[in-house]
Parts: sequence; C-alpha cells; structure tokens
Amino acid sequence: MNVMSPPPRKLGRIHVPAVTLAHGGGGKAMKDLIDDVFVTAFASAEPQALEDQARIDLAALAAQGDRLAFTTDSFVVDPLFFPGGDIGKLAVFGTVNDLAVGGAKPLYLSCAVVIEEGMKIDELRRIAQSMAAAARRAGVAIVTGDTKVVQRGACDKLFITTTGVGVIPASIDLAIGAIRPGDGILVNGLLGDHGAAILAARGDLALETEIESDCAPLHGLIDTILEAAPGTRTIRDATRGGIATVLNEMAEASGVAIEIEEAATPLREEVRGFCEILGLDPLYLANEGKIVIAVPPAEIDAALAAMREHPHGACAMLIGHAYAGEAGRVTMKTTFGGKRIVDMLVGEQLPRIC
Amino acid sequence: MKFADEFRDRDKAATLVREIEKLCDQIEVTKQRPLNIMEVCGGHTHSIFRYGSEGMLPPGIELVHGPGCPVCVLPMGRVDDCVAIAEQPGVIFTTFGDAMRVPGSRKSLMQAKADGADVRMVYSPMDALALARKNPDREVVFFGLGFETTMPSTALTVLQAEADGIENFSVFCNHITIVPTIKAILDSPDLHLDGFLGPGHVSMVIGTAPYEFIANFYRRPMVVAGFEPLDVLQSIWMILKQIKEGRAEIENQYTRIVPEAGNDPALAAVAKVYELREFFEWRGLGSIDHSGVRVRDEYARFDAERKFAIPNIKIADPKSCQCGEVLKGVLKPWQCKVFCTLCTPETPLGALMVSPEGACAAYYQYGGVKRQERPETVPAAP
Repeated sequence: MNVMSPPPRKLGRIHVPAVTLAHGGGGKAMKDLIDDVFVTAFASAEPQALEDQARIDLAALAAQGDRLAFTTDSFVVDPLFFPGGDIGKLAVFGTVNDLAVGGAKPLYLSCAVVIEEGMKIDELRRIAQSMAAAARRAGVAIVTGDTKVVQRGACDKLFITTTGVGVIPASIDLAIGAIRPGDGILVNGLLGDHGAAILAARGDLALETEIESDCAPLHGLIDTILEAAPGTRTIRDATRGGIATVLNEMAEASGVAIEIEEAATPLREEVRGFCEILGLDPLYLANEGKIVIAVPPAEIDAALAAMREHPHGACAMLIGHAYAGEAGRVTMKTTFGGKRIVDMLVGEQLPRIC
Repeated sequence: MKFADEFRDRDKAATLVREIEKLCDQIEVTKQRPLNIMEVCGGHTHSIFRYGSEGMLPPGIELVHGPGCPVCVLPMGRVDDCVAIAEQPGVIFTTFGDAMRVPGSRKSLMQAKADGADVRMVYSPMDALALARKNPDREVVFFGLGFETTMPSTALTVLQAEADGIENFSVFCNHITIVPTIKAILDSPDLHLDGFLGPGHVSMVIGTAPYEFIANFYRRPMVVAGFEPLDVLQSIWMILKQIKEGRAEIENQYTRIVPEAGNDPALAAVAKVYELREFFEWRGLGSIDHSGVRVRDEYARFDAERKFAIPNIKIADPKSCQCGEVLKGVLKPWQCKVFCTLCTPETPLGALMVSPEGACAAYYQYGGVKRQERPETVPAAP
C-alpha cells in the first residue's frame, strides 16, 4: 500500500542550501520546502495526501478491531544523527512502539516538525527519507504533517512530533494494572544501548565505543508474543528512565512487588563498561527497541521461546517475578549476593565525581 | 568485565561473610552492642548500597556512613558563591555533574543555569581548560571540589594554564582534606566508633602514614579499602581481625592501587599550588581547623576567589535538617526528622540527599533493606 507513486500535482523544488525564516512564512518558499523534502519522501498511493487533514475510512478501521489506539510523542534528540539511527527513524519507531505495546496494529502517523533557521536542507532531506524508510519498514503511512521554522536559538536544530493511530483487535486486553503475584517479568534483549550510544555520540566524553542505538519497530515481535502467550498481562517499552522506571510503574499500578535478578539482566559488555566508567546505572539508561512484559506463570516458557525466535528478541531473558509484597516496591538481587531497592530515577542521571 | 567481575564474585563473598560472622561471634562486645565501623568515603557508601553488601553482614556489625562525600559537606554559602560567580556576565562556570543540584540559599547551579547562567558540566578540569582555550573572550571558572583524590588534577590544570599562558581560566577552590575531619569525628563526644574503612582513592595520593595517629593516639583500627564489594567485605574482615586480636593498626587492603608512601608527583603539584586554610566550614560538621586548602599567592591569577567578587556569606543549615548528626553517624538517615518527607532527592533540604554518594540519597535510592525494615516486615521474594 505504500508503493511510491507520483503525487497528483507539480511539486515545488528548493534551491538554497539551508532553511531560513522564509521557509516558515506560509508562502511559496514553504511550499517548496514541504514538497521537496517531505511530500517527496512521504508520497504514498493515498490520493488526497495534500488536503489539510488525512481522511481515514472508519469501516476499514473497524474491521480490524474494536478500539482505536491514539498516541503522541515529541523527539528532541541531540545529536540528530547517531550510531544506529537518527531523529527521524526514532520519531517513527517511537510512536509505532507506543501503539504496539498496547496491542494495537499501528496504521497511520502524523509528522510535525519545528526547524531552527540555518538547518541544512541536505540533513533535513536525509531525516525525512529516513522517516519514510522507517514507516515503510513498520508498515505505517505518514498521512499528515506540519512545518514550522523558528529563529536561531528558539529550538535546537530540529524537533519532531509524531502522532500515531492504530487499532486494537477485540481479543487483546493488556493493562498495566493486571500483573499478579507469580507472574514472570521478561525483557526482549540487551538493555541500555540507545542511552549509551547517544551519550557517546555527543562526543564530550572522549570515549570511543561501537555501541549502536537499538531503535527498532516492535509490533512484529509483540504479535508473536501475544500469539504464543495470549494471557500476557501488560507490555511496556522501556524508553526514557530505562527498565527501572517501567518496573516501578508496573509494580505500583498492579499493587505488587517485583524482584529482578542482576545476573539475568541482559547487558552488552560494552554498555557495562561504559556505565562503570561514568558511574551510570544501566537499569536507568534509555532503550528504543526494548520492552518489558509481564506474563502469567504458565506462559513464561512459551513467551520466552517465541521472543527468542524473533530477530528483535534473540537475547530475551526472564529477569524476575512479581510477588505479593509491599505494593510498588522493586528490588534487585545483586550478582554479589546482596539485595537493593530499584527506585524511580530522580531527575537526570548525573555522573559521580570520585 | 575483566578487572571488575573478579572483585564481585558471589561465592567468594559468601565465604567472606561466613568468616566475618565467625569473627563477630568471637568478639565479646558484640553480645551487648553492635560494632560501629565507619566508612569514611562516599565511594564506599555508594558501593555498599549498590551491591547490597550491608544486608549481608551479621547484626553485630553496624556501618556508619561517614563524611567523605565532598558534595555533601559543601556548605550552602559556598554554593551561593558559585551561583554568584556563574551569574557574572562573560563567565562560563564549569563543574562536575553532582554539584549541579546542591541547594544554595537562593538556588542551585542547575537553577542558575535554567535562569540563563552559562553553567556547563565537565568530566575533568582539563575539559574546563580546553573551554578557556576555545573561548578567549570568556572567563572560564572551574569548581574545584573534592578531597585529595581530585586535588592533584586541579593543581596540575592550574600549572598547565600557567605553562600555556592561559589567563582566562581560574579555579574556585573548595578542596578539603580528610585527616583533620577524621580527627574531629574521633573527638566528637556523642560518637563511639570501633574502626574505620579508610578512603582508598585519597590514600592513593597521600599514602597511609597520615592515618597513623588514629591507631597510635585513638587506638582504633583502620583498613584502607578498595571500592569493589569484595574489597569492602575483606576490609571489614581485616578490621574485625584486629579488634579480636586486640590490635589497632593502619592496614592497607587496597594494595593494588595504594602505595604506602602515596604519590610523590601528585603531592608535589598539590603543595606547589595550594596551601592550608586556617579553617574551612563543613556542612553539618561546622568549622574544622586546617581542613581546606586555598590557591597560593603565586597563582592568585588562577584563583576565582580573588578574581571575582563573591558574597562569602555564611548560611546556617536549615534547622530541620539533621545532616550533621547523620554525617557523624549519630543518626541513621531514616531517623532524621525530614527524611523522605520534606527532604527527598527531588527537593533536597540537606546535602546528603543530593549526591548519590550521600548516605541519605543512597538509602532513598537503594534502600536500607537491612536496617529500614528488619526481616519481619520484609516479605520474602519467591
């Protein structure tokens, strides 16, 4: 459905190397920017792509499920390009995943950009093309958007907001408050890659690493899990705040305690080393392709096996269990043999000084 | 992870804990009261919480979390001075990350940054010097903070600035020294300590000789300890062994890093750039003689205290805040009146709640699983 086809009118072209305030003025310059950068990249077979709003057939939606999933997210990552991805790819997969973790089939996205004057057109084009490629990979269409240009200093190069619409099949009912004592807590792979990659890419740490962002669309994996373990209680993506934050939200919403095993927590050696040097805790590092799921005891093995067969779940692990303890408490058994509380992160993770 | 996992071995830990339990049973006094062992350094406090080591120790051992977190003992007035410097036009104020959130009487550096001051987080004073090189039209100030561990690096940066003829760089010196503070704690009448875990990284610079008075005069054992969890357990075992055998000595567990004689080039750089202050104000502990250093006259042009007008006003700690008692080990963090109520890591009243090395923040973050709720109230995990 997303085969590129020529849009139904003559497209404007942009002939300058960088964005200026003129490109946000609502006139020809803006039309040229939108046409040349965004419309060209996002062009789809949908015929009325240039109306002021996307028009989506309700009957077609209703045929796929009984609830509409609707979510929005803003992306302000610095730097715009980093190992394993860029802000555009992130903006598509981030919103796709926010839909998918609710069990929804992601269908349509909007894309609103705020551009700082002086932004290079080539970079903008690369980002728009990256968004288009990500949307094709995730099987979603970018159907509406908006462009604003602000003066230098009013934003940092480029901010993107994507809003997503999807449909939840009638058979699926995931809820963060549904976790019961005894449930298994699983993750789909190595944690902290995105956070570490971004920190390293900022270049002010004088650390060289090969760590790449794990940025990926997860609805395929989630379909597989729900098929193998239909009793799955809840799924959350562990983005900002890392898995520690998600575990705390889960424990609190479900009125259970959760204990995880440090030894079962999958971490790349490089990320461990990175955290060790900077005094960071990998449980709080951001991920962009990782989910935490809670599964009833009888389905743990099936869920784990299904995850491990999927390319985005090859390193999946059972990291812990929920139990009937103090509601909202998350603890970790350390590899050393001790035990500690895993709390919500306060503010930003700051490195220690000595 | 090589050179780290070896020091976090679960089986070795279990063996050490058994040996510690055995020794503890053989020490008579533990039948009446627990042994109070103070870890002086915030790095140890953090390690103890991170690995859950405290909960592995027998009830006969009480760990007292000492004053060795430089961010925690920074008085409010000094934070106000930082903010005052940072808010001067043309200044780039550089600091280690954990000093950003320490509350001043008006605001923290993080709030000053939000209000428009150019405050930047750096990982080394050399990064600050590089900024000065890159911005010749700005005044770059580095917030020099920490014990003897970080003192040599700021001293060497000042010497480098001098050698390179960089004039727009200065250090706001808040370096403090640990030895007079340990003495002040030992002289404190409301405190009974049975032994010390000595600060590993300070000792890497100063060696072990400066601690001899603890053994000779106060008759307390000290073991200079590394920061990996096995280092900490082994050092506790070494302290207990001394107590059991009636010895009081300065021993070095961290021999892979700490030379008995210290590090000569580092000490030489420190002596060249800094001199002792008559006294320095510590948060919670008050003024302690000869416990801080300042930049010598020869390097006055690299001294932010001389370069900028600073308010230099002494601000009393908030009345409700009991950081002092916690620092001295008289109170446990959760016994403080405002712990987790008015004072949390989001809105720290006292500095012990600010840095991850502060005892209160460590309790808040990692939980005193052992002390806060004894097993009767901690439900067993499956």
